[in-house]
Formats: sequence, C-alpha cells, structure tokens
Amino acid sequence: MTTPSVKINQTQKVIDEILSVYPEKARADRALHFKPNDPTSDCSSCVVKSNVKSRPGVMTVRGCAYAGSKGVVWGPVKDVIHISHGPVGCGAYSNWSRRNYYNGETGIDSFATMHVTSDFQERDIVYGGDKKLATIVDELDGLFPLAKGISVQSECPVGLIGDDIESVAKAKTADIGKPVVPVRCEGFRGVSQSLGHHIANDAIRDHVFDKQATDIETTPYDVTVIGDYNIGGDAWASRRILEEMGLRVIAQWTGDATMAELANAPKAKLNLIHCYRSMNYICRHMEETYGVPWVEYNFFGPTKIYESIRRIAENFDDTIKANAEVLIEKMKPEMDAVIAEYKPLLEGKTVMLYVGGLRPRHVIGAYEDLGMEIIAAGYEFGHNDEYKRTYPLLEEGSIIVDDATPYELEEIAKRLKPDLVGSGIKEKYAYHKMGVPFRQMHSWDYSGPYHGFDGFKIFARDMDMTVNSPVWGLVRDVTSTECATPSGAERQAS
Amino acid sequence: MIRQIAIYGKGGIGKSTTTQNTVAALAEAGKKVMIVGCDPKADSTRLILNKKMQNTVMDMARDAGSVEDLELEEVLQSGYGDVKCAESGGPEPGVGCAGRGVITAINFLEEEGAYTDDLDFVFYDVLGDVVCGGFAMPMREGKAQEIYIVTSGEMMAMYAANNIARGILKYAHSGGIRLGGLICNSRNTDREDELIEALASKLGTQMIHFIPRENEVQRAELRRQTVIQYNPEHAQADEYRTLAKKIAENTNFVIPTPISMDELEELLMEFGIMEADIVDEPVAVA
Repeated sequence: MTTPSVKINQTQKVIDEILSVYPEKARADRALHFKPNDPTSDCSSCVVKSNVKSRPGVMTVRGCAYAGSKGVVWGPVKDVIHISHGPVGCGAYSNWSRRNYYNGETGIDSFATMHVTSDFQERDIVYGGDKKLATIVDELDGLFPLAKGISVQSECPVGLIGDDIESVAKAKTADIGKPVVPVRCEGFRGVSQSLGHHIANDAIRDHVFDKQATDIETTPYDVTVIGDYNIGGDAWASRRILEEMGLRVIAQWTGDATMAELANAPKAKLNLIHCYRSMNYICRHMEETYGVPWVEYNFFGPTKIYESIRRIAENFDDTIKANAEVLIEKMKPEMDAVIAEYKPLLEGKTVMLYVGGLRPRHVIGAYEDLGMEIIAAGYEFGHNDEYKRTYPLLEEGSIIVDDATPYELEEIAKRLKPDLVGSGIKEKYAYHKMGVPFRQMHSWDYSGPYHGFDGFKIFARDMDMTVNSPVWGLVRDVTSTECATPSGAERQAS
Repeated sequence: MIRQIAIYGKGGIGKSTTTQNTVAALAEAGKKVMIVGCDPKADSTRLILNKKMQNTVMDMARDAGSVEDLELEEVLQSGYGDVKCAESGGPEPGVGCAGRGVITAINFLEEEGAYTDDLDFVFYDVLGDVVCGGFAMPMREGKAQEIYIVTSGEMMAMYAANNIARGILKYAHSGGIRLGGLICNSRNTDREDELIEALASKLGTQMIHFIPRENEVQRAELRRQTVIQYNPEHAQADEYRTLAKKIAENTNFVIPTPISMDELEELLMEFGIMEADIVDEPVAVA
C-alpha cells in the first residue's frame, strides 16, 4: 500500500474539520461514511460505509420503504390503481411528487396521478382494515373498469396491527378477475427507501410474473428499459435511441408502464437497466429464472450514450451493430454543437452532487462532456455496489459521502465553493439562500428529459441557465453586518 | 381522591371474577366504584350488570364512525350497588389492534369526564398479559396508582405474575405505579398459600389475600351475578368482603423486585412443584 497522495490528505483534512464539531461517537460513526476518493483504490479503508441505519439527530433526507415502493417502483405503473393502505398522509404527501409522465386518460385508462387511500381511522386500527380494503377494491373495480389491476401499498400501521392484506388480495383477485397485488412496504422496514424498491421488485416477481397474461410475439430484437421512471419524459427519450438502433422495446419499467409490460419483461432477449439500485433485484431474478441477461447502461451525456449504445449493440447481430454506428454518426454533430455552445460557458465549473442511489455516478459523464468537474458526490441510499462503481469515475481527492447530513453538505459547499449543487427539494432553498447555484437532480427541477440525445440538450441548457444566472450575484448574505437596505435611522430621515 | 387500581394476571386465572366480587363488596360497604374493562372479550362487567355489556366503547365508535361521535351515557352503565361499568371492547381475536382499543377507550372516558370526583375507586380489569403498550395503558402516569396481581400456585400463573411485576417495574419510575400485592385465587395446589407468600416476599410485596376455591362462585356466575349479590350469607362472600377491606386499607405499596426464571424454578422446586431437572445435568464421566 502506498501512502495517500497530497490531494487525498488535503481532502481528509477538510473532512476532519467538518466532522470536528460532532461529539466523539457521532464523529467516529460519520467518519466511516465520509471519505476522500481514491479512484485506484482497492483498500478497505477508502470504502465508505453505506446502507445502514441513519444516525439519530443528523436529519437524514432519506425516505422510507413505502416511498421506495409506492413512490418509485409501483406508483408509475399507469393502468394499475395504487391504494395507499393506511392513514391518509402517506398517500397525500407522496401524491404527484415524482414527475413520471405517462400517456393516457387519467381516470379512464390511466391512474398514476390519482390518490387512492383507505384513510385509516382509529376504528380501522382497532378492528383491522381488511374488510375496508375489500370494499375499496370492489368500489375501484366498479368505478374504473379499464384498470388492469390494483396494488396495495402498505403504510406503517398495516404492519403494526398485522392486517392480512395477502388474503384479501388473493380473494379479491379471484372476485374481480384482475390482479390485486399486496406490497408489504411498511415505512418502518429497512433503513431507507432502498428496501422498498426490493420489496416492490419481489411483489412483481410473486404476483405478476407467470400469473398475468403475456401473449406477445417475440422477436430477436426485444429489449426492456428497466429502472427508468420517465421523469420529465426520460424513458421516451431513451426509447427513441433503442428503437433507432432497430431494437424493439417490449417493456418500460416503470415510467409510463402498464401491467402487461411488467408481465412482458421475462420474454425479452436482453434487459437494459438504467437505475441499477432500484431494479437490479428483478433483473437478477429474470436472469436466474428465465435466462434473460441484463446489461447496465447510461444515457446521460453523449460520451456515456455512445458507450452504452455500443455496449448494448454488442449483444446483438451485425445489423444492430451497424445501426448503432449509423445512429452515433448521425447524432454526433448535433451533440458536438450542444457542447460547442455550452462548454465554453461551463468549462472548469465545479459541481457537488447529492442524490438518491444512481444519479451521482450516472451524471458524472454528462457534466464532464460540458467541461465541468465533480468535486463531491454522495448517495442518500446507495449500497456498496454504487460506491464501487463511483470511485473510478471521480477524481482523486474528491469527496464521497454517504447518507449526508444537511450540515455536512453545507459545510462542503462553504469550504469547496462548488459552482453548482445538484440535489433535491429538501436542499434546494437552503442553497438558494446561500447564493449557491442549485439544480434539483431528482425531478430535474420541473424540466427534463435529461436522458438520451434529446435530454442532453435540455440538460446543457439548464446547467448553463443555473450556473450563469445573474440572480446569484443579487443574493445578499443576511448574516453579514453590511446591509443593503436603508437602516431605520436613514429611513426616518428620508 | 379517586384510587385507581389495575388488576392483572394470567389469562383464565379469575381476574374478572375476583375484581367484580371485590367491587361488589366495596359497593355493598357504600363505596362508589367504576370498573373499566380492558379486554376485547368485554366480560369484565357481566356479573355487576347481570348481563353482557353490549355497548363497548370501541364497538359503539365503530358504528358511529369515530370515537368523537360517542356520548358518555351510551357506553357507561350502572349495575349492582350503583357500580359504573365501561368496557373498551375491540376486535375478535387475530385482527386489528386490541391494545390500541384500550388506549382509545381510556382516553375517551377521561376526556368525556367519566372519572367523577364522587368516585372512591376505579378498577381496571386488564387482559391476560402485558403483551403490548396498549395493555400497559392503565399503568401509565395519571392512570392506576396501584396494581394487584391475581395468581395461583400453578407455575404458569406465577410465571405471568413475575412478568407483570417486570412491567410494573418499567413504569414505576416514569409514572409512580406501585404493586399492592398478590391475590391468590386458589387452585388447590399443594402448600399454595405458603408458596404465594414466598413468591410475594421475593417480589418485595405481600399476599394480600388467599381466596379459597369454592363452587358457589361458579353457581353465582352462571346466573351472571357475584356471590355478594347471589348469596350474601355464604362464607365465600365474606372472603371477598375481607379482600375488599384489605385493599381499601392497604398501605403496602412497593416497586416490585422481579426475579429471574432460575430463581422462580428454584422456588418451585423448594415447594416440590417441580422435580429437579435431571435432563440438563452433565453426565458424570468416571
């Protein structure tokens, strides 16, 4: 083992300073999650600890298992009605908080933006919610005959009182002739939304595969898009690329998805996975059970898109490989033009990213295409898999942080002064007030898509718009003694 | 000042029977008493009301929509000796959360003013074991101040009594709950009184009374009555009057000192209830 480089030592010093305000136990614990990057490292001391319980008091921004299932995996399946089973709040506050776009008539054949809840009252806790759930299923079946199924997304109390949603789901599946899928994603389970993804994947495995009809004719070019939630139309932009390569997308999971698409996936020749964190489980299952191989791809920014197109094409015949090259050749001038326009405006700008379980590593290439540098990156709920895939992508001595606290992120921003912070709604306004350019990297800040060739144009425009906006220069430091507004005395005098 | 008393003990040990007979004796002596049944079976007030209570708090709340829609008069009834009776009610076994039902019902009774100043005693008759927070509700701050554990000389009843003592210990420091004693509801086991005296002393408390086994209790129960009401002249009625008097005059309130499983087994062996366990003994090697 070689001694750490100067850069790593410098970063470690910054980290130590940030952590120094914590009490000893908290400091020791957080130090395991907060490291300088060593891209060549295989030493265990450089690996951050992840996917463990958040330290009480740090104000983690993580979500819960229900958020992982209802909010991420199941929620976007558009022709299924998702019941938030439990008190009203979980469903209400998670309603339409992710921008998974879909085609269809809401309330007729699509239901993804609707909020359906069993609205538990005290009596439902005491007497159980099973009868109420059965009634709701019957009512939904009458109200929305074009729905292709119903999912039951468990909130915490359902698990606490032991409501037997499985037997209700089984009986009602027979009654209404459509799948009623019980999902045991009670929020208190696990350490973050990550377990909810896994539970939701398992529910698809147990209640959709081999149970729901799929009679599509297959072709040698059938692929799926797994782990694209169509935020701002991402999945549509990705689908275009695949179709132009000559591939046939038989399922989109789960942005703009249907129950039939969930059932189709095991028939694919190849599963293409974008959000590895939330859907690797089902891809592994399909590989083991149906022999469908899977490959990770990354459609953020031209460099990664070209790489991914070629990697995907590798799995097919020469026609597809040739198509891939034709497509790259066709799109390259357009992408080069985007870079030529925005790179001079963004070259050398530094970025701090703190997002969920995929994007901190997936968007690095897109920023680099614009000449920007990631100086700090962290995941809310990443596992070891993510971190191992991230180290080689970042520069030596950049910061890696797991389940970061708001304090830690703010301190990184104060000390390293990134030109852009990319994170979520919980962080956004704090950085606005600090006068730091900020983009929401969960929801694309109500913009998008950011995936694919279509997405990169928008991504580049949005980053320039944010970083180079004149507004940041107008933000005043309210803690400063110098005040731009007239003082009381001056006002009185005038 | 109302004395709030909770009766705990192993399921089937005779908590409800003992509570109602004791309450009947207190009422006979002119005390104002309320019983709050904390068991979804809702049979804590049957002998006082001479019928099964139909209007439990939770059942009424279910029918009305929510507990806020209930009136106190709908769920509070008077029975023998003007004893006021309320039952928490709750789900049938295996569904929902009976413990939450107890919490909701007690909160309702408090908010609606069931605890009137003219009451001398409130008795909580609580389901078998302290299985969750809901059934510990009567132990919490501002509720019962004293607890009596009904037990017998049978091992599992004593085991449950010790477990309940652990529950009391947990709440003793946060809320001020104290153990008032063990009530031995006899099953006619060998040296039963001595054994329960010994257990009581290990737990740091007293055996407040030994109730002999007597079929008259069952005869009264079949008529949905307490012995006090059914056959006030019977000697068993005097046993409950004695227990009532002892509880009314009790000043021996302690934080219990629950014992380990090993200690409990030693006690049982000492009294010949349990054979020395030879199976786990290491085989002697010559």
